[in-house]
Amino acid sequence: MLKITDLVKDYPTGLRALRGVSLSVDEPQVVAIIGPSGAGKSTLIRCVNRLVEPSSGSIMLDDTDITTLGRRELRRARRRMGMIFQEYNLVERLTVMENLLSGRLGYVGFWRTFRRHYPPDDIRTAYELLDRVGLQGYENTRADALSGGQRQRVGIGRALMQRPDLLLVDEPTASLDPKTSRQIMRIIVELAHESGTPTLLNIHDVPLAQSYADRIVGLAAGEIVFDGKPDALNESVLTEIYGEEDWSTTVGQDDEEDEGRKDRPARRGDLESEAAAG
Amino acid sequence: MSAPADLQDRWPATWKRPGLISNPLMQRGAVALAVLYLLWSIGSLEIEWSRVSQGFERAGTLFGRMLPPDFSRWELLLKGVGESIQMAFAASFFGMALAIPVGLCAARNLAPRPIYLIARGFIVITRTFHEVIIAIIFVKIFGFGPLAGVLTLIVASLSFISKMLAEDIENLPSGSMEAIRATGASFPKFLIYAITPQILPRYLGVSIYRLDANIRHSTVVGIVGAGGIGQVLQASFNRYDYDFSLAILLTIVALVFIGEFFSAWIRGKLR
Amino acid sequence: MTIEEHAKRYPEIWRRFNPRETLIRYAWYAGIVFIAVWSVNQLEIPWFYFLDAHTQAGDLFERMFPPDWAFFSEVLDPLVETIHIATLGTIITFVIAFPIAFLSARNTTFNSATWFIGRSILVTSRSVNTVVWGLLFVAIFGPGPIAGIWAIAARSIGFMGKLLAEAIEEIDEGTVEAIEATGASRLQVLWLGVLPQVLPVIWGTTVYRWDINIRESTVLGFVGAGGIGIILYSSINQFAWREVGVMLISILLVVVISELISAAIRQRIT
Repeated sequence: MLKITDLVKDYPTGLRALRGVSLSVDEPQVVAIIGPSGAGKSTLIRCVNRLVEPSSGSIMLDDTDITTLGRRELRRARRRMGMIFQEYNLVERLTVMENLLSGRLGYVGFWRTFRRHYPPDDIRTAYELLDRVGLQGYENTRADALSGGQRQRVGIGRALMQRPDLLLVDEPTASLDPKTSRQIMRIIVELAHESGTPTLLNIHDVPLAQSYADRIVGLAAGEIVFDGKPDALNESVLTEIYGEEDWSTTVGQDDEEDEGRKDRPARRGDLESEAAAG
Repeated sequence: MSAPADLQDRWPATWKRPGLISNPLMQRGAVALAVLYLLWSIGSLEIEWSRVSQGFERAGTLFGRMLPPDFSRWELLLKGVGESIQMAFAASFFGMALAIPVGLCAARNLAPRPIYLIARGFIVITRTFHEVIIAIIFVKIFGFGPLAGVLTLIVASLSFISKMLAEDIENLPSGSMEAIRATGASFPKFLIYAITPQILPRYLGVSIYRLDANIRHSTVVGIVGAGGIGQVLQASFNRYDYDFSLAILLTIVALVFIGEFFSAWIRGKLR
Repeated sequence: MTIEEHAKRYPEIWRRFNPRETLIRYAWYAGIVFIAVWSVNQLEIPWFYFLDAHTQAGDLFERMFPPDWAFFSEVLDPLVETIHIATLGTIITFVIAFPIAFLSARNTTFNSATWFIGRSILVTSRSVNTVVWGLLFVAIFGPGPIAGIWAIAARSIGFMGKLLAEAIEEIDEGTVEAIEATGASRLQVLWLGVLPQVLPVIWGTTVYRWDINIRESTVLGFVGAGGIGIILYSSINQFAWREVGVMLISILLVVVISELISAAIRQRIT
């Protein structure tokens, strides 16, 4: 599915952000990338869809090498990759529905976009996604009237509107409060699993990563220093990634998480896993 | 995602964006109104369409006659430019100075009501009329030449700067003014301590902007005989000396360019 | 610590600027005053004229009253023509300034050459006054409102283009990045990522310029480019002050009303 080989990124300032990173995702799993600021997490994610141009190395999405694509083919490749941003990056003045539909821009020609005449299937999918992320009824609300968590949910919907082969998620919860962060992580992971979409997810909150990801990759100073299951993350690994610190409160799943699950009543439109996990 | 077949029954297949004017009838009404206006205005202008189509040809001829620009009479050009710059400086100076009392009188939180109304009235009237109108009236009274031009520019600068000043004073937080008043300071001291420091930077910035603007405006008042390079330009057009006209125009553009550059530089240093 | 001991520790004098800075500041002041005085001197202004300036003004005012209302019927058509010139000119500006603004913004232009061309067009447009453009267009199209409309457009393009370009340069790049990440074409990115962010500026600037253009259109007639300026010019030249009075009052009304409309619309936009 995704195979990154020896990815290197040098910035013009002389900074070598990525030093030969190799990573492969062969099944529809959620891969969380953790690491200190400046480790290269954001650069790595943005190299995959070439929002940042890699200096060398190859990125294979199924049979296509992203790094060698020309402009038009790059656009076609990008529509296969959905991206979710830390700052949501919605078009503030447009409605939720228009923001969702903008996920289909790679598939719909300019004149249809101009006349705002999208295919009926896309509109139905948009409504469905709206429902799945818990924003039913919000289609006509302007994006700038929403809260942070709601905006991120629209961002998730937009990425999934592309029916992507790969999800790239850049610090989705950094601007959100703890409770909303968990809701968002839950939605992302649920929808990724449901649709069988491999996901690369940047996150600095280690407990959140452990709770939700299928696999954890630790990045430090531009190199991968850990790649394995969440429960393999112990204190020595964390020290390797982040440096010396008192890790005793970080390792292991959040207890708060489990408490919250028991107490919350089921809501209509909420994801089924609530009942299943219990 | 779920198979499309599932979705068909549950969700609508179309969506319309709520427009600026929500009622669709009013939307069409607004468009119809706009179209009607266009038809009416173009119709009522009594346009000779033959002249319009000829216009492009004539533009070509005109530019042919304008190029190459004729700088041979550069002494006249320089004299005109010099006069314009002097007019701009003199007008800015007096305008800046006079704007202080007028601005103070036009501030609602400082001036007693009748004075405020008179000052504001003056500002409104002088701003309404284009400076060329004011220029031509001055020309009628004082005769041709830069005197009328300087007076016009003084009036224009005055009204612009004093309006800014008055608005700034009105926007001052009343707290700092109250504090100074509470110390028992007399009015002039009050002015210096409470008002001046807060409005000074913008006052200077606006005045410098006005200096640069006056250079631009001095080119225009000349067209009605009020001195400056505008007068030279008007004369050249009247005599069909189009190549000289282009030289003058280029000079004006260069002058404005330099003026803007200079003004931005100084305002940068003020900060 | 007593107040006396305290005073000994700290300097007695507080100055905002040190001596060198003070010298520089006074030098600037002196320089400006010098230039102003020199300019005034050079212009050979007959100062004695001002001695009776207020009498002159009063005299003029008297001659304008009472306004010749009978004349008003002749004023109406040219007044309406003035409004048309301003409105049509602004509409044309809107159509042209739009693409040029995109070319003049560093983040939406194609390359530095196109940026330079865009910026140069805007600077040229702004450097030449509407009335001077009027002169030019009268030479091309002959006297009449066509020259006036194009003169208005020629000057307004620079005004609107500059403000628009600045707004485009200040948009949130994150939104644009997100749209690009979906695989959208360049045009789609402009239409959905850039345009919605600058839309309020577009409307606000257009209405603002329309209001300024009404003022400008009143004097285009002075160079033969249509509107009320034509008869205003002739009345002033004939010293027909009562007719002038009527026209000035009409202009005052039109300008004030248009300013009110423009301010009201711009309030609703922001």
